[in-house]
Amino acid sequence: MTEAVNRHALANRLARAERRGKIRAFLLVAPLLAFVILSFAVPILGLIGQAGYSDMVSTSMPKTATLLLQWDAKSPVTEELCASFVTEFKATKAIDPAMPSRIATFVNREYSGSLSKLKAVANATLAAPYCQALSDLNDEWSKLDIWHALKLVAPSFSPRYFLQAIDLRLNADGSIRAESDENAIHIALFGRTLMVAALVTLFCALLGFPVAFLLAQLPAKTSNLLMIVVLLPFWTSLLVRTTAWIALLQQNGVINDLLVALGVIADDNRPVMMYNMFATLVAMTHVLLPFMILPLYSVMKGIKPNFVRAARSLGATSFTAFWRIYFPLTIPGLGAGCLLVFILAIGYYITPALVGGQSGQLISNIIAFHMQKTLNWPLASAIGTLLLVGVLVLYWLYNRLVGIEKMKFA
Amino acid sequence: MKMTTGMTALLGAVAALSLTAAAHAGQITVVSWGGAYTTSQVEAYQKPWMTKTGNTIVSADYNGGLAEVKAQVQSGNVTWDVVDVETSEGVSGCNDGLFEKIDASKLPKGDNGAAPLDDFVPGAITDCAISTIAYANIFGYDSTKFPGDKPTKVADFFDTKKFPGKRGMKKEAKVNLEMALMADGVAAADVYKVLATKEGVDRAFKKLDTIKSSIVWWEAGAQPPQLLASGEVTMTTAYNGRLFTPAVTENKPFVIVWDGQQQVFDTWAIPKGSKNKEAALDFIAFSTSTKPLADQAKYIPYGPARKSSAPLVGKFQDGKTDMAPHMPTNPENMKNAIVQDVKFWADHYDELNERFIAWIGK
Repeated sequence: MTEAVNRHALANRLARAERRGKIRAFLLVAPLLAFVILSFAVPILGLIGQAGYSDMVSTSMPKTATLLLQWDAKSPVTEELCASFVTEFKATKAIDPAMPSRIATFVNREYSGSLSKLKAVANATLAAPYCQALSDLNDEWSKLDIWHALKLVAPSFSPRYFLQAIDLRLNADGSIRAESDENAIHIALFGRTLMVAALVTLFCALLGFPVAFLLAQLPAKTSNLLMIVVLLPFWTSLLVRTTAWIALLQQNGVINDLLVALGVIADDNRPVMMYNMFATLVAMTHVLLPFMILPLYSVMKGIKPNFVRAARSLGATSFTAFWRIYFPLTIPGLGAGCLLVFILAIGYYITPALVGGQSGQLISNIIAFHMQKTLNWPLASAIGTLLLVGVLVLYWLYNRLVGIEKMKFA
Repeated sequence: MKMTTGMTALLGAVAALSLTAAAHAGQITVVSWGGAYTTSQVEAYQKPWMTKTGNTIVSADYNGGLAEVKAQVQSGNVTWDVVDVETSEGVSGCNDGLFEKIDASKLPKGDNGAAPLDDFVPGAITDCAISTIAYANIFGYDSTKFPGDKPTKVADFFDTKKFPGKRGMKKEAKVNLEMALMADGVAAADVYKVLATKEGVDRAFKKLDTIKSSIVWWEAGAQPPQLLASGEVTMTTAYNGRLFTPAVTENKPFVIVWDGQQQVFDTWAIPKGSKNKEAALDFIAFSTSTKPLADQAKYIPYGPARKSSAPLVGKFQDGKTDMAPHMPTNPENMKNAIVQDVKFWADHYDELNERFIAWIGK
């Protein structure tokens, strides 16, 4: 009886102590967790939200938005819609003087050229009948195109940026059309990005494996020195490394000059090694190589030489011993390295932007272009979200095929 | 005990820092494009203004575009007070609610007494942005690369048979499309009319197609002179001042072709929600007055946006190079020139850039 009570009390005390330990552990992680949520998760979710949600039109012009959504996009625009549009659109100035032009910028993405027409409405004095007044102001208002654009921006939730990210466009009547040939590029670039990432991973594996093997075999003193050589690029700015490749590879660069001086190539026949896909592959492989070598090295360091010796003593050739015994043991490191390099390569942007020219542009360069130049953040977010989803899917597949718990990252 | 001393020292340092911040209440952050251009602004605008008002200026560089301004305004954490943008960006940023409105009629009169709205050249004043200078998008070449015939016309830029070598171009639709049309024989006056049609855009891209494989893209204004100097390209588009400075001060063999030049204004704008709006406005009023605008031409060959500044433009800082022939507004350089159509680009920027970036990627 007492023993049972004692045991019970003991279990309680143990549970309490464990709970205290957990809370203490959580408190230790809490600052980092808060930091990650605030500086990483919140902005990412905010940007993803931007891609599919905007209530600018639906809250500032609620009646017009409702009428536009009810409209079938085929029949002529009703006077009720014209009147509601003119009054509400002009009234948005009260929310913010820049509101009409902000809405106009938004609409202009769906129908190029509508910005100046909308701004003209905001500044004009119009009287009933409004449809007539609008078409008097500009003939464009008697056509349906600009109203189609307004209908597209009216709902708060819209898949149009996601569709645009995969080279499709949403029509005002809800149907979907393919992007015109001259503007369609995203699918092709997603494909190119995956191919470049796969190639860079392959090159990193081919180049990194022997280096890691060498590092693992050498005595500590020499291998430490070599390790510094491997890590040196890690400590150098990405920009500096990329610019160094420009100096090496360009038309009048170090390598071309050397080849000409040695008489290998003619002066007027220098190969183009810069501002193309070749330069992108070379520079990215160099920049990402440490991410392959480090996990490989840490795994190889832990492989006991006895295994290979045992294989040899049982009659295996050196190749068989390597291929059947040593290589399978390095898979956790190789797998981790490939995953790191591949995922980093998919999002790479500065290196291709600087050395890629036109054939070396990747999807991330399009994202940057829309972030910085066209300020079309919703589209940039939509493309970025698709990229993120793609990476997660690949990660999931990888986990199913290789198993992430077996990886050794360093 | 030791710890307390440390703490006191730390607290003292913090207090000292906040005191410094308080003493510099009149401090503004001015952001521009860097290089020789920013130097000219520091010498002609910033130093005299700091001397006059006792305020200080933190000068920062950027690469153009409105992304940073948009990020600051949207997050409500505006750290830039004055930013140098092209007119078209001044207008689109104003449309997007990113800039404060500026009442140009309150700017100082010209030194000759002209009212500000009359004194600025047409197009130099927009709702949110006040122009300082007009620069030109031109193309230049390395004269040592063409010992025989020299390029003289905008069409020569697209003639890689007669003038072999790579071409540098800015990675943006603006300027390149207009240039392609002019090279294809469209008269300067009709460029934007043609570009407003689907056929016109097709025609421009078709012309660009002819040299696509020879183009090296640049993004920052400092790149074109580097591309020319390294021999990576034999011809490149550039801002005229960026080729002038190395040609005059370092005797580089760079020659500017004015045929088909495209003039653009550079303007000052105040990001919406700037914490030092009053001081920022004062700086803009000072720097866009007659004398500072004329002084800037001592350092870079960009034309002042005020008519009253033009007669005051003299020599380069070396004291011997006459600036007038190097100005985009010099009549000799204006024979075949266009002024960038800000309204056209506000309407078509997104559409044409989407097509442009798709064209590059193919």
